[in-house]
Amino acid sequence: MANNTHQESKNLVGWIDARFPLSSTLKAHVTEYYAPKNFNFWYFFGALATLILVIQILTGIFLTMNYKPEASLAFASVEYIMRDVSWGRLIRYMHSTGASMFFVVIYLHMFRGLMYGSYKTPRELIWLFGVGIFLVLMGEAFFGYLLPWGQMSYWGAQVIINLFTSIPFIGPDISLWLRGDYTVSDATLNRFFAFHVIALPLVLLGLVVAHLIALHEVGSNNPDGVEIKKNKDPKTHIPLDGIPFHPYYTIKDLMGVSVFLLVFSAIIFFAPEMGGYFLEANNFIPADPLKTPAHIAPVWYFTPYYSILRAVPPILNSQFPGVAAMGLSVVSFAFLPWLDRSPVKSIRYRGNLYKKWLAAFVVSFLILGYLGTEPSNVWGQFSVNTPLFGGADRATVVARIFSVVYFSFFAFMPWYTKRDKTKPVPERVTG
Amino acid sequence: MKTKILLLLALLVPLMAVANEGIKLDHAPIDPNNQASLQRGAKTFVNYCLNCHSAAYMRYNRLQDIGLTDEQIKSNLMFAGEKVGDTMTVAMQKTEAKAWFGVTPPDLSVEARARGADWIYSYLRSFYRDDTRPTGWNNLVYEKVAMPHVLWTLQGEQVLKVDEKTETHRLVLNKPGIQTPAEYDQTIADLVNYLVFMAEPYKERDKHLGLLVLAFLGLLFVLSYYLKKEFWKDIH
Amino acid sequence: MANQEVDQSKRKFLIAATSVAGGVAAAAVAVPFVTSMLPSERAKAAGAPVEADISKIESGSMITVEWRGKPVWIVNRNQAMLDALSKHDDKLSDPKLAVTSQQPDYCANPARSIKPNIMVLVGICTHLGCSPSPKLQTGGDMGAEWVGGFFCPCHGSRFDLAGRVFNGSPAPINLVVPPHKYISDAILLIGADDKGVA
Repeated sequence: MANNTHQESKNLVGWIDARFPLSSTLKAHVTEYYAPKNFNFWYFFGALATLILVIQILTGIFLTMNYKPEASLAFASVEYIMRDVSWGRLIRYMHSTGASMFFVVIYLHMFRGLMYGSYKTPRELIWLFGVGIFLVLMGEAFFGYLLPWGQMSYWGAQVIINLFTSIPFIGPDISLWLRGDYTVSDATLNRFFAFHVIALPLVLLGLVVAHLIALHEVGSNNPDGVEIKKNKDPKTHIPLDGIPFHPYYTIKDLMGVSVFLLVFSAIIFFAPEMGGYFLEANNFIPADPLKTPAHIAPVWYFTPYYSILRAVPPILNSQFPGVAAMGLSVVSFAFLPWLDRSPVKSIRYRGNLYKKWLAAFVVSFLILGYLGTEPSNVWGQFSVNTPLFGGADRATVVARIFSVVYFSFFAFMPWYTKRDKTKPVPERVTG
Repeated sequence: MKTKILLLLALLVPLMAVANEGIKLDHAPIDPNNQASLQRGAKTFVNYCLNCHSAAYMRYNRLQDIGLTDEQIKSNLMFAGEKVGDTMTVAMQKTEAKAWFGVTPPDLSVEARARGADWIYSYLRSFYRDDTRPTGWNNLVYEKVAMPHVLWTLQGEQVLKVDEKTETHRLVLNKPGIQTPAEYDQTIADLVNYLVFMAEPYKERDKHLGLLVLAFLGLLFVLSYYLKKEFWKDIH
Repeated sequence: MANQEVDQSKRKFLIAATSVAGGVAAAAVAVPFVTSMLPSERAKAAGAPVEADISKIESGSMITVEWRGKPVWIVNRNQAMLDALSKHDDKLSDPKLAVTSQQPDYCANPARSIKPNIMVLVGICTHLGCSPSPKLQTGGDMGAEWVGGFFCPCHGSRFDLAGRVFNGSPAPINLVVPPHKYISDAILLIGADDKGVA
């Protein structure tokens, strides 16, 4: 009996293989895709990001079944999902929590790249596709955030769209064009809905596929930054430090997935607002174009860049430098492969100089992120008698200092990575 | 153009964070599992709040979750002869309300999520007599609020006492109401408890499911951990 | 990757256990998604039973009420109409009400009703879902043979005044009698009976 079914499935697979490269694709990308055997904790986040992408698409489809992209109905339709649709609240919380967790995972994934030099030759394109994914994700988050049509949705969109106004000459026209109205309105909501549910997801999926194709073309980097393809078994041509992705990493990732799902479910069931960081209190008030909430800040994942925007003072009465700095702070990541002149990839074999710079970068990212969630007078003002900073907001001064550190990490990278005292890299991975 | 941006940035800059500054909110002593309290709160809500404020996303039959039957809901909490599946709407027209109060009373379905329990608890206990206001009432937590003190028969009348020396102010009960201060605090606590329930009626029930989900995922983790350990014996 | 001794049975057990747990998890996750597509609380509230005042329906005429977005006819049949019902069994597809799903047990009688004169029908043709036109009176534009009933304009199905379908109609079975009960002599509740809400 068992023999029989085996025979059948083999025939079916054979039938398919004659028409579609099923077995060979599975072999090339799963069962005989050789990944370095020394992946550590930091290598879970790629698989987790894929999982969240699936969660977001699935929950998104089901939310679309009941959401109404119309200004007078949107807020009510979200509450309808939360209360009247069977398990709608669970699906909505999965989506809202998924959005934040997407950024948690992506930031950790990017930090992994910074630590182990995953963007260096021959992985520049993987990194660039990744930066593309990051940018599209930010767009997804921004467009999606308008949809609940609460006060934060409304005023967040209002402020961000108006940032474009500061672009010299064409700015005001761009803002008007983006909104499709003189204020954020039903027209804006409707087109943001289209971007959020169709346009950007298509681009995102394409980029993810490109990211993975490029990855499987050159192979994964690893915590040692050693190219495993350099040392192959002379007979089988299998990398000596490589192990088949399946079953070893599928099983290991399954373990990572179950830990992630534990955290994810705990948030969904016990703290979906996450203390106001995932769902903001003001967003439970319907959008009111006549009344701005007392304190508006973007969602936490945008706050480092928002801090930079606030930190840059207007020059010649124009806010454009701040906006440009904010844009640059995001796009800077794309230049890393060409800024990094170090002969080694992994932080394990880099000198102290890079470690210190990376630490400084992470600290400034976190502090800028924190400050972005708070009003700029959160730490009060320097006393009027303080030299240099007399009377200035303490938080603004701190944000300015860390903005400089943030950009210095990129700007001085060619210099400090070259000057850094690196250690010799072993021939083989170290376990 | 530039002034427009500056204006917008002025919005970004939290000038407005001054609104409630300096007011220390009292902690709301609420218990989402106390059904008696929730039922008392529902009664207060229906009798005092629902005349002007709607709760348009809340269906009457959701009150089953605080231990009421459809019959109880219909006979004790519904006055206009609606169906138990209906939502808590008000008869007052929005335009009328605006004419009377200057603003439309906000829908209260998710008010507790927007304001927080402590804010509402403090707010409803902080009304005081102020003859300079059109309603005759002012509020320490929400200055110049348009809403009159609807529960004054219960609480009585408070007045604001300013201590010139320490520059502090406090509220003093001038005329007692039907309830003692302790009873009134309990009434408000019950009401806030209900408002929190109404903002997310399924929350407590879903927590039980959450525990089950976490337990199951814990099991999945244990299994996958041993599975991984077993297979990774091959490596090294 | 030394091929040491591998405990295959342990591996098989762990794979099976993890697969089962994973399968259960996947099935459990599917539940909220699938059930989210069922009628919501709003739809249930809108589809709740409706009350109809039947005291003002003249003998020999009808009213239409809406229940779950569908027309429900309440016909107050006169004695002549009731007498006529038994005289054309040979022309009907299902005079003995063999298809029991088309009416509740308490209406499985020749008049298909609780009170003989009051007929309650869902006004949706059992062919393709059009709403037939009432042609209550005999003869008229339906021809001299017409005994009174309902005529579906879409594909020409004909029903008598008990909603039973005539031979030769495209509609295969009789019109549906919805669950209903009398709250009082004057008030009829449609959508619920003593067994509960439909």
